[in-house]
Amino acid sequence: MAEFVRLDSSTSRHTMDKSITLPPDEIFRNLENAKRFAIDIGGSLTKLAYYSTVQHKVAKVRSFDKATKVNIPLYEISVQEEVTARLHFIKFENAYIETCLDFIKDHLVNTETKVIKATGGGAHKFKELIERKLGLKVDKEDEMTCLIKGCNFVLRNIPHEAFVYAKHADSEFRFQTTQPDIFPYLLVNIGSGVSIVKVESEDKFERIGGSSIGGGTFWGLGALLTKTKRFDELLQLASKGQHTSVDMLVKDIYGGSYGSLGLTGDLIASSFGKSATADKEFSKEDMAKSLLHMISNDIGQLACLYAKLHNLSRVYFGGFFIRGHPVTMHTITYSINFFTKGEVQALFLRHEGYLGAIGAFLKGAEEDNPNQYSWGENYAGSSGLMSVSPDMNPMQRARSGTFDMLEMDRLERQLVNLPLLQDPSSYIPDTMDLTEDALAREYWLYCFEEALDGVVKRAVASQPDMPEAAERAEKFRQKYRHKLQTLRHQPFAYGSLTVRSLLDTREHCLNEFNFPDPYSKIKQNENDIALKYYQKAVKSLEELSWEERQFALVRGVLAGNVFDWGAKAVSDVLESDPEFGFEQAKRQLEGSKGPPHKCALFFVDNSGVDIILGVIPFVRELLSRGTEVVLASNSGPALNDVTNGELQILTERIAAMDPVIQAGLREDRLTLVQSGSSSPCLDLRLVTWQIFHWTSPAMHVAKDVITLYSLPSRLDKVLAQVVRERQTDLVIIEGMGRAIHTNYYAMLSCESLKMAVIKNSWLADRLGGKLFSVVFKYEVPAGKPSQGSAAVTPS
Amino acid sequence: MAFNGHQREDEGIDEDETPTKQPRSEKEMPGCFKTEPHNEASASAGRSTSERRTSNSTMRHRADSVKKTRPPFPWFGMDIGGTLVKLVYFEPKDITAEEEQEEVENLKSIRRYLTSNTAYGKTGIRDVHLELQDLTLCGRTGNLHFIRFPTHDLPAFLQMGRNKHFSSLHTTLCATGGGAYKFESDFRTMADLQLHKLDELDCLIRGVLYIDSVMSSGPSECYYFENPTDPDHCVQKPYTLENPYPLLLVNIGSGVSILAVYSESNYKRVTGTSLGGGTFLGLCCLLTGCSTFEEALEMASQGESTRVDKLVRDIYGGDYERFGLPGWAVASSFGNMMSKEKRESVSKEDLARATLVTITNNIGSITRMCALNENIERVVFVGNFLRVNTLSMKLLAYAMDYWSKGQLKALFLRHEGYFGAVGALLELLHPS
Repeated sequence: MAEFVRLDSSTSRHTMDKSITLPPDEIFRNLENAKRFAIDIGGSLTKLAYYSTVQHKVAKVRSFDKATKVNIPLYEISVQEEVTARLHFIKFENAYIETCLDFIKDHLVNTETKVIKATGGGAHKFKELIERKLGLKVDKEDEMTCLIKGCNFVLRNIPHEAFVYAKHADSEFRFQTTQPDIFPYLLVNIGSGVSIVKVESEDKFERIGGSSIGGGTFWGLGALLTKTKRFDELLQLASKGQHTSVDMLVKDIYGGSYGSLGLTGDLIASSFGKSATADKEFSKEDMAKSLLHMISNDIGQLACLYAKLHNLSRVYFGGFFIRGHPVTMHTITYSINFFTKGEVQALFLRHEGYLGAIGAFLKGAEEDNPNQYSWGENYAGSSGLMSVSPDMNPMQRARSGTFDMLEMDRLERQLVNLPLLQDPSSYIPDTMDLTEDALAREYWLYCFEEALDGVVKRAVASQPDMPEAAERAEKFRQKYRHKLQTLRHQPFAYGSLTVRSLLDTREHCLNEFNFPDPYSKIKQNENDIALKYYQKAVKSLEELSWEERQFALVRGVLAGNVFDWGAKAVSDVLESDPEFGFEQAKRQLEGSKGPPHKCALFFVDNSGVDIILGVIPFVRELLSRGTEVVLASNSGPALNDVTNGELQILTERIAAMDPVIQAGLREDRLTLVQSGSSSPCLDLRLVTWQIFHWTSPAMHVAKDVITLYSLPSRLDKVLAQVVRERQTDLVIIEGMGRAIHTNYYAMLSCESLKMAVIKNSWLADRLGGKLFSVVFKYEVPAGKPSQGSAAVTPS
Repeated sequence: MAFNGHQREDEGIDEDETPTKQPRSEKEMPGCFKTEPHNEASASAGRSTSERRTSNSTMRHRADSVKKTRPPFPWFGMDIGGTLVKLVYFEPKDITAEEEQEEVENLKSIRRYLTSNTAYGKTGIRDVHLELQDLTLCGRTGNLHFIRFPTHDLPAFLQMGRNKHFSSLHTTLCATGGGAYKFESDFRTMADLQLHKLDELDCLIRGVLYIDSVMSSGPSECYYFENPTDPDHCVQKPYTLENPYPLLLVNIGSGVSILAVYSESNYKRVTGTSLGGGTFLGLCCLLTGCSTFEEALEMASQGESTRVDKLVRDIYGGDYERFGLPGWAVASSFGNMMSKEKRESVSKEDLARATLVTITNNIGSITRMCALNENIERVVFVGNFLRVNTLSMKLLAYAMDYWSKGQLKALFLRHEGYFGAVGALLELLHPS
C-alpha cells in the first residue's frame, strides 16, 4: 500500500493520521485513460472529477453461419473488449491536494488535456499550485452555476438521490422516488452564508434570496463562544448540549404554553435569551447547541417563506453546513416541519458534496454533451453514504485519510419511462424496501452472502481458459462481501436497499473483475437442450382442445420459469436432482388462461426451457390469434436471464422450425426489443426502446446505437410511436425478479399479467403461500373494460 | 445576504425630531361610551379615529354617564415580558379637594412615589420623555407615565406592592405578556393581588392604535426615515397613520412576533423568530462581558461590523453581479471569525456591532418575506429592542427600502415597547 504523506497546512494543525486508507491507484482509477479534469475546492474538502474510458470485457453471442453440422453448440460465445465511458469523482481533505496532484501528474498519459475547470472558494487559493503541478490552465467557473448543473445531473441520473431525514424513524433515510420532471425546485445552499436558488429548467435558475446567517455564522460565532476551532468539533459539542439552559423558551416567559397561539412551552422564544447576564457561566456544549438551533431554525424559516412565495414544494438543502451531518439535517428538518406544518419536506442529497465538481466537469465537457446520455451509479466503484449512527458521528467524518468516491458509468442507451405506466410519478419498482424492513433485510443479506460461493464457483467455471480467473473471482468475492457487510451497517449507503439493488451490485462487482457473463455456458447448454424439445412441445400443444391449450400454455410458462439459477431453492433442486425436469415442474403448478389482444408486450425472464418451451409457445398462440407481440429481453447478461443477443439467435432458430414464428417475424408482428437492463429485475422507468425490425437475419445493432446517440431527443418519439402504432394493450411480466421483487404493485394503463413461481420459501412465507406456488396476477386498469374473454381466475 | 449598516454608521439620530414633552391641546377619552346617534354603530370601537372629533358638550355628558362604571384608582396597565416589565400608570391631575380628602393614604403614597421619582430601586426607570400629559381618559384628565424594570426584579416590585399595601386598594391589575401567566400565583401569594390576564397581541394592537390616535396633534407618534438608502440625507420624518390597514406589525422584544393587522379586531400572527432583542443582548453578554442593553448598544455604536462579518466583496472582490449582490452586502455574518487571526484582531465593540447588525438584518429579511407573502406594504416596528437604537431602526428602514426597491415602508412608533401595557390599561377602563 502506498502511503500518502499528508501536507500539514498552516491553517489546520490538528493531529491526524498521516496516511490514507487505500492505495492511490484504487482511488484515482483509470488515470491512463483520463481526460477533462475538474476540481472543486471547498473550505476543507477537495473534489476532483474526471472522465475516463474503461475497457472491460463483454460477453457476445454470435450465430454460426448456416450451422448444419451436428454436435456443435447452438451459438458461439465470445468475450470481447468494449470501451465505455465512466465519470470519476473523488473527495478528499484539502491537506492531500499536493500529494494527490503529484500522483495524478505521474500517471496522467493523455496530453490533449490543457485546462482544468475549477470552482469553489478555494479554487483561487490553489490555482498556482494546480497549474504548476499539473501543467494545466485553471479555468474558473461560477460556483452557483456548477452547483445547479451538478444538482440537475444527480437528480436526473441517480434514482435514489434525494432523501428525507428522520432521526428517530426505523430508517433514518427515506429515499424519494425519481420524479419524471425534476423541475421546478428550490435549492438552499448553506455555505458560509445561505443562497436560495429557484431552478426552473436545465438552464434557467435564479437566486431569489439568501441570508448572511449560515454555516460561517455557526462556525465563526461558535468559535468565539466556545473557543473551539473546528467545524466538526463544534457540531460534536452541539450534539451533546442542552439548549434550554441558554435559550429562553415560551415556558420561561409564560410558565407553560401560549395556548391561544398554539405555541408550546418548549418552543424557543428568544435564542440566547437566558445568557443576557454577566454573572453566569454556560457550558460550551449548551451554547453550541443553542447556536445550532438558532441558525437552523432561521434558515428553515427563510426557506419556507421563499418556498411559499414561489409556490414550490421541493426544497433541497446542501452546502458544507449540511454535508451529511445528521445533526444539521435533523435541525433543518425539524425547522421545516415546524414552519410549514409538514406541507414541505426538507430534502437532502446523497451526493451533495459532489455537486460543484460535477457541475464544473459538465461545464468543461460541454462539447461531449454528457447530458445527452444516461449515467448510472456504479455500486462497485462508489463509496456510498457514510454511517450516521449518532455514536459514530460526527467524529467519523473527521477521520483522516478517508477518500470518498463516486463512479458513474455511461449507460449504452438513454433511458426513459415506459409510457404504459399509469402514474410514473408514483411508480416504485421495488416491492420491498429493505432499508425499512429490518427482517427482510437480514434475510436477503444472508441469502446473498450464502449464495456467494456458488457465484464465485460459476464465475471461475465460465472462464476455463483463463488461469487468473480464480484470483479475480476471489477479488470479486472480497469486494461483494465487503459491500454486503457495509450494507448490513449502512443499508442506506446506495439509496433504498432492495433485492434489485443487491442483484445489481453483484453484477457491477462481477463486471468490475471482468466476469461479464458467468452463466453464458449454462445458458448455452440449456438453450441447446430446450430447442431440441421445441417441436415436440408445440405438437403436443396443438393436439389439445382450445380450452385445454390455453391452460397448458400458461402452465408451460410457469413451469419453465421454475428453472432459475438465481433462486436458491431451485438451484438446490437442480444441482441435487438431475432428473428434475419440465414435466415434473409442471405438475407443481396451477394455471389460468388469458384473452386475445391487439399487441402484447412481453418482458421475458430465463433462458432455456423458460423462454423456448414456455414463452415462445405462448407467443405463438398469441400470434395465431392475431395479437402482435413485442418480446423485451435484457440488453446485458444477468444470471441465466436470456439476453437480447441470445434471444435473437434462438428466435431465428425457432423460425427455421416453426412457420408461425417465421411468419410473425417476416410480417413484423413479432418484434424483439432490448429492455436496456442488465438486471434480473425491471425498473419500468428506465427502459430503452430499440426496435430491430426483422427485415433480414443480419442485425445492425451498432447502427441503431449510433442513431440513438446522435438523436437522443427523438427517443421519446420512437417510444411513443411504437406504443401508438402497435396499440399495446397487454403487458406481460414474467419471473420472480421482474414480477415479484419488482413491479408486483406496478399499475399499468393497460391490461397486465404478472406471472412467476415463488422459488424462495422465505418469500413464499411472506406472501402467505408455499414454495413453488404461483403468482398469476391479471389486472385491468380501473375504468377500462377488459377485452375479449376476461374470465381469468387468479390461482 | 443583508445590509450591514456600514455606510451610515456615523449618522446620529436627529434628536430634534423626537420631542417628548409638548402638551397636546385636546386630549380625549377614547375608552368611554358615546352618545351621539351617528356614532352608536361604532360604539364598541372606542379607540377609533372618528372619536377624536367628539365635541366638548358630549364629552361632559359622557363623563357623567361613565362615572359610575369607572374603575377606582389607581389605574395601571402591565406587560410582563421575557426581559422587561412594562408598566403604564395614569396619574389623575384633576383631583378635586373633596376627592383629595377621600383618597386613602396608600393611594396617595403610590402616586407620589411614582410621580416624584424617575428611577425606582436599582433598575426601575420612568421614561419621562414618553410621558403623555393632559390626557383625558374615561372622563379624567391626567398624565400617563411609562415605567419599566427587568423581569427578574419582579419579586422586588411585588415586595414593594406588599409594603405599600397595594391590595387594600381593591383595584384590578390588568396584566398581559407571558409573565401575567407565569407569575400569577406570585402576585397572589406575595402581594395578595389578583391579576386580570390579557392576551398580549390583543393588547399590543389596541395599544398601538390608541396611542397613535391620541398623538394626532403635536409631534407624531409614528415616523419613518426619509432617503433611507442615502446616508447623507436620511432624516426622520413624521408619518400619519390615518388609514393604517392592512399593516404588518413587528414586535421586537426578547423574541419577535410578526402580525398582519387588517382591522382592530382582525389580525393574525404570521410568524415569529427567536432571534430578537434577547438574542442581541444574550450574545453580547457572552461575547463582550457586558450586562445591560445600554452597554451593549454603546459598544455597538463604536464598533465596526465589517471586521467580523464576511462581505460579498471579501469573497468576490466586488459585487457578485451574476446575482445582483452589492459588494458591501454581508455574505456571512461572523464569517470572518472562522479565521483564528481575525478572531484575535477584533474588538468587543466590533463584536457588539456585528451582533446588532446580524439580528437586525435578519428581522428585516423575515419581515420583508412576510410582507411579500401577505401582500402588505406598510410595516410598523415596535418593541423595546428599538429603544434608543437608532442604528437598528435605520438598518431596518434601509433593508426594507433597498431589497424591496422602494416598495416597502418601515414605520416606527415613539412608545416602542409600551403598547402592550397601554392595551392592558385600556382593558381596565373599557373591557372589550
